[in-house]
Amino acid sequence: MFGNLDLETLQKLWWLLASVVGSLFLFLTFVQGGQTLIWQLGKTEREKSLIINSIGRKWELTFTTLVLFGGALFAAFPKFYATSFGGAYWVWIAILFTFIVQAVSFEYRKKPGNLFGPLVYEAFLFINGAVGILLIGTAVGTFFTGSNFVLNEYNLVSWTNPLRGLEAANNIFNISLGLFLVFNARVLGALYLLNNIDFTGMDNFKKRTRNAVLANFIAALPFLLVVLIGLLTMDGYGVDPATGTIFIVPFKYLKNLIEMPMVLVILLAGLGLVIFSVYIAWFQNKDHGIWFGGLGTVLVGLAVFFTAGYNNTAFYPSKADIQSSLTIFNASSSHYTLTAMTYVALIIPVVLAYIAYVWKQMDSKKLRAEELEGPEAQENY
Amino acid sequence: MLEQIDLSTVNWARAQFALTAMYHWLFVPLTLGLTFLCAFFETIYVKTGKEEWKELTKFWMKLFGINFAIGVATGIILEFEFGTNWANYSWMVGDIFGAPLAIEGIVAFFLEATFFAVMFFGWNRVSKGFHLLSTWMVAIGSNLSALWILVANGWMQFPTGMAFNPDTARFEMKNFFEVVLSPYAISKFTHATTSGFALSSFFVIAVASYYLARQRHVLMAKRSIAVASVFGLVASLMLAFTGDEAAYVDAQHQPMKLAAMEGLWDGSYNAPVVAFGIVNGMKEPGDFQDPFVVEFKVPGLLSLLANRQSGSFVPGINDLVFGNKEQGIMGVTEMIERGKLAVKYLDEYKKAKKQGDMSAASSALAQFNKYKDFLGYGHLNTPKEAVPPVSITFYSFHIMAAVGTAMIAIFILFLFHSIRGTLERATWLYPIGIIFFVLAFMAGEAGWVVAEVGRQPWAIQGLLPVSVARTDIAPVNVKLTFFMFLVTFTLLLIAEIRIMLKQIQLGPKEVK
Ligand code: HDD
Ligand code: HEM
Ligand code: HEM
Repeated sequence: MFGNLDLETLQKLWWLLASVVGSLFLFLTFVQGGQTLIWQLGKTEREKSLIINSIGRKWELTFTTLVLFGGALFAAFPKFYATSFGGAYWVWIAILFTFIVQAVSFEYRKKPGNLFGPLVYEAFLFINGAVGILLIGTAVGTFFTGSNFVLNEYNLVSWTNPLRGLEAANNIFNISLGLFLVFNARVLGALYLLNNIDFTGMDNFKKRTRNAVLANFIAALPFLLVVLIGLLTMDGYGVDPATGTIFIVPFKYLKNLIEMPMVLVILLAGLGLVIFSVYIAWFQNKDHGIWFGGLGTVLVGLAVFFTAGYNNTAFYPSKADIQSSLTIFNASSSHYTLTAMTYVALIIPVVLAYIAYVWKQMDSKKLRAEELEGPEAQENY
Repeated sequence: MLEQIDLSTVNWARAQFALTAMYHWLFVPLTLGLTFLCAFFETIYVKTGKEEWKELTKFWMKLFGINFAIGVATGIILEFEFGTNWANYSWMVGDIFGAPLAIEGIVAFFLEATFFAVMFFGWNRVSKGFHLLSTWMVAIGSNLSALWILVANGWMQFPTGMAFNPDTARFEMKNFFEVVLSPYAISKFTHATTSGFALSSFFVIAVASYYLARQRHVLMAKRSIAVASVFGLVASLMLAFTGDEAAYVDAQHQPMKLAAMEGLWDGSYNAPVVAFGIVNGMKEPGDFQDPFVVEFKVPGLLSLLANRQSGSFVPGINDLVFGNKEQGIMGVTEMIERGKLAVKYLDEYKKAKKQGDMSAASSALAQFNKYKDFLGYGHLNTPKEAVPPVSITFYSFHIMAAVGTAMIAIFILFLFHSIRGTLERATWLYPIGIIFFVLAFMAGEAGWVVAEVGRQPWAIQGLLPVSVARTDIAPVNVKLTFFMFLVTFTLLLIAEIRIMLKQIQLGPKEVK
């Protein structure tokens, strides 16, 4: 069935799949956003506990999506995996560290004998939500602004900047993308809490949460603006599909959006949905904004990844040696592997289906403060 | 292909991989088995409807959750470490190796991650039946993740289903099923998971023994032991069986590893198993030193185990290094010579192609194809490099095998007293249960040392030595991250153990 697809189609298909996983991850960063809101929104132990138990039931999902994003890139675009992780060493190590400390924090925070005390674990969660997402954003930014590496004839990567990837943070576009993602995650986090928690009798808490939706949205806007203006005006890296030669194209990403109008539509729809989610949460006092904000984030994510990788664009450009830049054509696995993996991917809808089913089962009743107190208290985060 | 090799980067990267993998393996075996034990306990609860079984299940689940969190924290590092520390490896074999990792994510980790939340927070939110299903899904998911990662690891031990592509200078997959169903994948999966089952059974037995010794939660402890000793006995029998199978596939495909495991320097017919021995650590290939300071041998047993045929020939380290014409074994010296030719012709091929000289390219390629099976050996310089550290491999293997044999007897003892209802009087058994929990940990870690140290210098057996697999990075970076991981994981481990002990002290909720 898939064996008849040509290599180029498979490469495009796998860029699509990787983009979907990456964009779903961005949606699921509502967990990280929520983590940065614990201190700000949770004024009492009870409120803090509600926030942590609400997002805490989803942290594994976000984490696993990140792991799958890595795994999918490894399988489908191994040259990217080798180049970026081996090259931009310190960025990835820093990101990973924030996820190591996140993984234990929910479980250990309140448990007796936890060595550090709850505040330290809350700080871990904050660092993961703020620094982790910021760095992921800057790393994604380099898909457009480029990195400092050279590949030799055997495709071994040498990085030409001693900061090994951390230098990406020294770029307005990258850092703005990172900050935008941080504030967007906070918007999503607050929206998720609104929908997931039963605020009966806690009007102030709810008001604070709603305020956080608007405040973080406003905070995100300037960074979004920098990113959009940057994207539409910067030079980009094009590839000649016949020869594989890479060259600078003025206004490359603007051209990509014009030449792929669907992507432009996706981008605008995504931004519109995020705005809409804030609107219904703040002006209409509705609880279910997360679904629009989430879908909007997924669409924006897709548009970003599509702009980076499709339309004969180098998705991981090298500033040090332009011909070393990675495209979905030169970085991919073989035809055989991509075909085999495409069969495996048939199971993804099943996975999504059971995730959705379990999500619905678990969240059909909102989280009540009483559940976290009384005899069941011991069994919660 | 990589002239300016800085060995200290390679060695720090190896140390780091070993460190993080061994930390991961502290938590993983407990997850593999404890999830099944929880599923058994909960099944009994649903069948009998007795609240005590529910509290018992919840208690073990809580301990599982504490362990799981840190297991996940150590796992994510490994996933990305292939890229950060072994960039060249990731490129050269990513076409094959990446697939199982991605599949692991798709089919296994999501099962775990999704149903994990139900298992812990779903008691009052979903039906009894769906909760039980969720617990089973977590058990199946965690063991599926073991399956896929061990397919990946098995492929490194015995690379099949692939071919080298001289144009891209990497290995590419040719047959997915050969990779998934390779004898190594099967033996690794069955052996590693059953080792997790056995270890987890000892965990339950150890904690329950502590309660019995303190005469607390007596009924709950006896029930836990009853289930765990049955599971443990079955698992430990399978463990020995699959361990034998693992040694057999080693004999077939990694004879150097097997020779190191048994400290066999000179091959022979009727080769013995060394039941106990002290290795002469100074011995080198080709010298005439005695391989052992002390040894007790069982003659002929190794021939039987390695080849399933009594009296058969088992090659020793010297046969493999210097070759043995009589047995048709090519020595490493000769393989290195051929490997150097493969490297040379590959270079010529690439150069000719770049210059557009197609006839030179095709003749270089023809030459390369003659020697390509030895490509990996072309990166070695002396035959000695092909010998793994013998003493470490030998001792690790013997510790594992000894513990594995003994644990069967211990499970039988616990089961016997459990059935007879004499557990409360068998106080002498309690410390043994606790000690064996620790020994099982040591055996598991030792098993990985056998598997991984015993295949040195290869990252991919016979194809890719670790020195070529590495990332081009100054050693100081890797050294720094090594210590960062060491400190972080150690602190988290201490926190984990303290939390665990505290929860054990608190104990399960008693049902009145
Ligand atoms: C509780 C732990 C435990 C116990 C008691 C045993 N094993 Fe084991 N062994 C493992 C845990 C383990 C492991 C951690 O699961 C390993 C590491 C790699 C692997 O696949 O399984 C392993 C690897 C391993 C290997 C290396 C496989 C390779 O080359 O990759 C061999 C030959 C054996 N085992 C053989 C045995 C034998 C003959 C045992 C005697 C009963 C035994 N093991 C008990
Ligand atoms: C070096 C190779 C390995 C890599 C790259 C790796 C990767 C990972 C990752 C990324 C996670 C976190 C998954 C999540 O998001 O939930 C994880 C957890 C896990 N891994 Fe590994 N792993 C390795 C070795 C192993 C081995 C050898 C086994 C079993 C035989 C195993 C079994 C598990 C299990 C059961 C978990 C669940 C968490 C736990 O309780 O420990 N892993 N691993
Ligand atoms: C979880 C238990 C594991 C342990 C304790 C372990 C242990 C080790 C050790 C000790 C080394 C260094 C060997 C040396 O250089 O002397 C090593 C290397 C390595 N292992 Fe493992 N390993 C484990 C699992 C895995 C798995 C599941 C994979 C792959 C799927 C893997 C892949 C590697 C790689 C790529 C290296 C680096 C190359 C090399 O040194 O051979 N390991 N491991």
